[in-house]
Amino acid sequence: MKMKKILGLALAAALALSLTACGGGDKPSDASKSNTPAGGSTSQQPSTPDPAPSGELITVGIINNDPNESGYRTANDAAMRATFTEDNGYKATFYNNNDAAQQIATAQQMVQDEVDFLLLSPASTTGWDTVLKDAQAAGTQVILFDRMLEADESMYVAAVVSDMPAEGKTAVDWLAAQGLSEYNIIHIQGHMGSDAQLGRTGALDEKVNAEASWNYVTQQTADWDEATAKTIVQSVIDSKKPFNVIYAENNGMARGAAAALDAAGITHGKDGDVIVMGFDSDKWAFEEVLAGRWNYMGLCNPLQADTVDAIIKDLAAGKQPAQKIIYTPEQGFDCATLTQADVDKYGT
Amino acid sequence: MTTPVKNPETRVKRPEESLFKRLTRQQLFIPVAALVLLVLFNLVADYKFFAVTITENSLGNTVLSGNIISVLDNASELVILAIGMTLVTASSGGQDISVGATMAIAGSVILRMVCGGQVTADTMQMNLILAVIIGIAVTALFGAFNGTLVAYFNIQPMVATLIMYTAGRSIAAWINNNQLPIINDLAFKYAGTFLPGIPVPTPIFITILVIAVFWLVLKFTNLGLYTQSVGINPNSSRLNGINPQMIKLLTYVILGVCVAVAGFIRVSRSGSINYSRIAENIEMDAILAVALGGNALSGGKFNIYGSILGAYVIQFLTTTLYKYEVPSTALPAYKAVVVILLVVLSAPAVREKLASMKKAPAKTVKEVS
Amino acid sequence: MQEGAVLEMRGICKYFPGVRALQDVDFTLREGEIHALMGENGAGKSTLIKVLTGVYPKDGGEVHIRGIEGAAVIRSPQDAQNAGISTVYQEITLCPNLTVAENMYIGRTKGAVTNWKAMNSGAGKILESLGIPASPRQQLGSCSIAVQQMVAIARAVDMECKVLILDEPTSSLDEQEVQKLFGLMRDLRAKGVGIIFVTHFLEQVYEVCDRITVLRDGQLVGEYVIEDLPRVQLVSKMLGKELDDMADIKGESGGAAISQEEAPVLEAEGLCSSAGIKPFDFSIRKGEVNGFTGLLGSGRSECVRAIFGADHVTSGNVKMDGRSVKIKKPLDAMKCGIGYLPEDRKGDGIVGDLSVRENIILAYQVMKGFFHPIPRAQAEAFADNYIELLEIKTASSDTPIKSLSGGNQQKCILARWLLTDPKYLILDEPTRGIDIGTKIEIQKLVLKLAEKGKSVTFISSEIDEMLRTCSRLLVMRDRKLVGQLNGEDLTQNKIMATIAGGDEK
Repeated sequence: MKMKKILGLALAAALALSLTACGGGDKPSDASKSNTPAGGSTSQQPSTPDPAPSGELITVGIINNDPNESGYRTANDAAMRATFTEDNGYKATFYNNNDAAQQIATAQQMVQDEVDFLLLSPASTTGWDTVLKDAQAAGTQVILFDRMLEADESMYVAAVVSDMPAEGKTAVDWLAAQGLSEYNIIHIQGHMGSDAQLGRTGALDEKVNAEASWNYVTQQTADWDEATAKTIVQSVIDSKKPFNVIYAENNGMARGAAAALDAAGITHGKDGDVIVMGFDSDKWAFEEVLAGRWNYMGLCNPLQADTVDAIIKDLAAGKQPAQKIIYTPEQGFDCATLTQADVDKYGT
Repeated sequence: MTTPVKNPETRVKRPEESLFKRLTRQQLFIPVAALVLLVLFNLVADYKFFAVTITENSLGNTVLSGNIISVLDNASELVILAIGMTLVTASSGGQDISVGATMAIAGSVILRMVCGGQVTADTMQMNLILAVIIGIAVTALFGAFNGTLVAYFNIQPMVATLIMYTAGRSIAAWINNNQLPIINDLAFKYAGTFLPGIPVPTPIFITILVIAVFWLVLKFTNLGLYTQSVGINPNSSRLNGINPQMIKLLTYVILGVCVAVAGFIRVSRSGSINYSRIAENIEMDAILAVALGGNALSGGKFNIYGSILGAYVIQFLTTTLYKYEVPSTALPAYKAVVVILLVVLSAPAVREKLASMKKAPAKTVKEVS
Repeated sequence: MQEGAVLEMRGICKYFPGVRALQDVDFTLREGEIHALMGENGAGKSTLIKVLTGVYPKDGGEVHIRGIEGAAVIRSPQDAQNAGISTVYQEITLCPNLTVAENMYIGRTKGAVTNWKAMNSGAGKILESLGIPASPRQQLGSCSIAVQQMVAIARAVDMECKVLILDEPTSSLDEQEVQKLFGLMRDLRAKGVGIIFVTHFLEQVYEVCDRITVLRDGQLVGEYVIEDLPRVQLVSKMLGKELDDMADIKGESGGAAISQEEAPVLEAEGLCSSAGIKPFDFSIRKGEVNGFTGLLGSGRSECVRAIFGADHVTSGNVKMDGRSVKIKKPLDAMKCGIGYLPEDRKGDGIVGDLSVRENIILAYQVMKGFFHPIPRAQAEAFADNYIELLEIKTASSDTPIKSLSGGNQQKCILARWLLTDPKYLILDEPTRGIDIGTKIEIQKLVLKLAEKGKSVTFISSEIDEMLRTCSRLLVMRDRKLVGQLNGEDLTQNKIMATIAGGDEK
């Protein structure tokens, strides 16, 4: 039992190592340092959580979105909860909600409770000014993870995020490389206004506006919902408009879209009539790509916890992070080149 | 001094009533009129809307497709919920706002059973029927919980069901340890897609079956009479030997069963679940369906077929809006406008006015001729 | 307008779905008179009042009010009030959760600020001058129904109206309170107010009224000066037929002659319920008609509710045909063959939105059980049979019962219980607020049922009625059974004495 736990933590550390490899020279070793003794402490020296320099627990308030929202979010939230534990030197308070107003209210409370660090994954990009100012006044350091917000860089110490515009760009570039004579795209958007939607939509919008052979058949939001995505695609099929690309902004919606295609007997994926594209990191989605039912998946790495952890430990030791915005390494996967090893490595 | 008086036993009828007036007074007038308007609009705008084509799906089955099939298919969950919601509304004079959340619970339970606790299962680990029965039992239990609060603790239905509305999706996530299970067994998806060799989507059959069951139940039991009686006057019902609390509880349990069936259809469309998004806001559509069907949300008399029609109207509207590529962010606004129109039109005061407006010109025509 | 008239209504028409409620009705009210508006239930009295007060829009005719040029336009109760017409309805239309003073001034304070002190003292003065036993600061809901009714009248009086409408104001008042009200009415008459008095009590009409207008089936029968219209004629005008002499009812049935040897149908010992009555013993024989009497609130309704299991029964043994039975809820009683027509027709009796048919079959249907619905054709046959038998006036058996007049609603409830073919029928105030014709029909029906071997317990506020129908009376005082009267003791005086507590005098 204990062996398993240690092994799990070691694995997590290894993963963190590989993920943060390009984030900065000294960080990987920090991450492994902070994790390995924690694993040890559960078995041998429960009273000495050594990584915290003062010997006290670091208080953190963590505001995240609803873990049930998507597989991506489930993995993201699980990683945060696994990292910010007492064993690892933290006294963490978690709050999950998709409503920005609720998030802001809770953040305000956490600042009043004088947490050392406020970790934020904001549900919306605006409305955080007061909280950020209050945090600064109270000496609470703010670290953004996963999602950005609209504020001056000086208002937070670091942001560990996925580069959504880059994700979109990678995907659109990949699509352009497929060399179709005409692109008739069903674009299924995520929750409007969210960081992921804006980044992934932006790149595609730009391309469609620029190229005459790129057209939208329809562009609708399914609010990350699989059933709605299916309805949207079904509606296009019913109206008999030709299309050859489905660009869904997350895997769940891509799955719904594919189901609508299946029902209508339209082939998709490798050698199919319609290109299916999804985003995020779900293992099952990797398997869809691997099996050739989908053509492309843009990886959006949900595991920022270790990077955040490392930054906090650095700050506690008086070391400022090298960059303000740290992008988690990401890439796109093509069904022609995806391997089982990738699936095992990146799937969550 | 005295004037001749009619025989008191003669049953007096209003002198004359125009057909229009009689029509507008019918409970089903509004949903039927809405449906006719939608059909006319689509006929005029693009008659191809109604085209039904035969295609072969990816499994090699010959299936029907087209907007009409989509409407009938996608309305299934809503129709089934609207039936249960009608009964709850009639008996308790309030609505259950937790149906979306409890649908998530039903879906979660069923997926957990067929996946056998695994995150991804390629074959069903449990007999599907058994899994569905367990799902029904669980949501019936939650329905009983809601019903008990309403019937025995006299809590306002909306407040009582707010508890499950808030907690339901978390419970659904907890049932599967916060994982999002996926079942890839084709047989599991029969209920949400097509049965092999049958060209019509299975949810349509399930809906017909549910409607038939309720038709039989209303015909061969006193559910309808008791529910209405309790909703109109619980005191009087009690003095006539009915147990009003029991009837209220019963309607909530029935709604729980409907929720499980709807939840089962929803998860078997894809074989997966997303706790926070599945059937989001469906409770509002279900309540709207009841209202559109001409049923008073304050309870009492009901017409289950009105609610069923109302549900189809809502789905027809949604599909039409999709077809004309109304941006889905604007969908709720369009829906709201239509809803306001329909609800205002169905208000007794407006209908009375409408009828009298129509009456005046009818008279002049008569005089001219 | 006629000379001296404060109000003239000409050719008033009003239609409801399937019913001609008023047809070409004229009505004239003169200054300083008390004018009775008479008619059976469904004759159109209440409708006429509601048209006059703007509750219903009229479908034809004109209303003239003194001081208003041309035809008066009354579209809402507010308009009526402004035109000097005040109304006190049969059902209390005040707010029980406000204080007495607030109720008296609600809707007529000027400006945004309320002077509570002035309001309370003003209300106090009026209440005192009218001798109403209520404090201005008291919550209205805590007063008895009678006092609430008087507060409603006080409110109307205080509004300095030209026309005061009293719609069945006395149906929940006791004799003393009625006298007080009549005193008040006479005072107002002396001041020149025209009063429209709607009532079912003939005695009261002849006591205070100057003139009578009679309606029948939505049409005007005529207007008469009171001296010119003896009672018998009034009744025959209202009914449109010659009336059996009321006093003869009992004679022809011989209801008093109950054999003392008949075994009791129902026997109760030490019965007590949570409604706050003292334990009582009760029994009734086959074919017997007995009754509970007493003042309002003396506990007579609570007694029969305990027998039927309508309130929570806390103790007592009940035997039905000599066999011990447990009656914990109404269904138990129904299964024992007991029927119960409750006192509060609207609150406990009818199921308003359901049809006449559904209301009639309800109890029988419940007894048949959840899984055995009565087929539609059979239900229609049952309903039509009773509609004919009891002469229920309704457009069809599909009409919602709430659109029927009070008396016809009551007949439907009677039909409901007759359909269950009970051995023992409890009728709690079956004749309250309904017209004489129906009253007599109901009384006759009771005696006919007894003849057929049914047992009936009959409760009425009108002692006359009780004397005519019952062979034994149980007298209640202060929630306690204080005496039983039968045979020669069944006289008005004796009953009064028992109710009042004769031994203490």
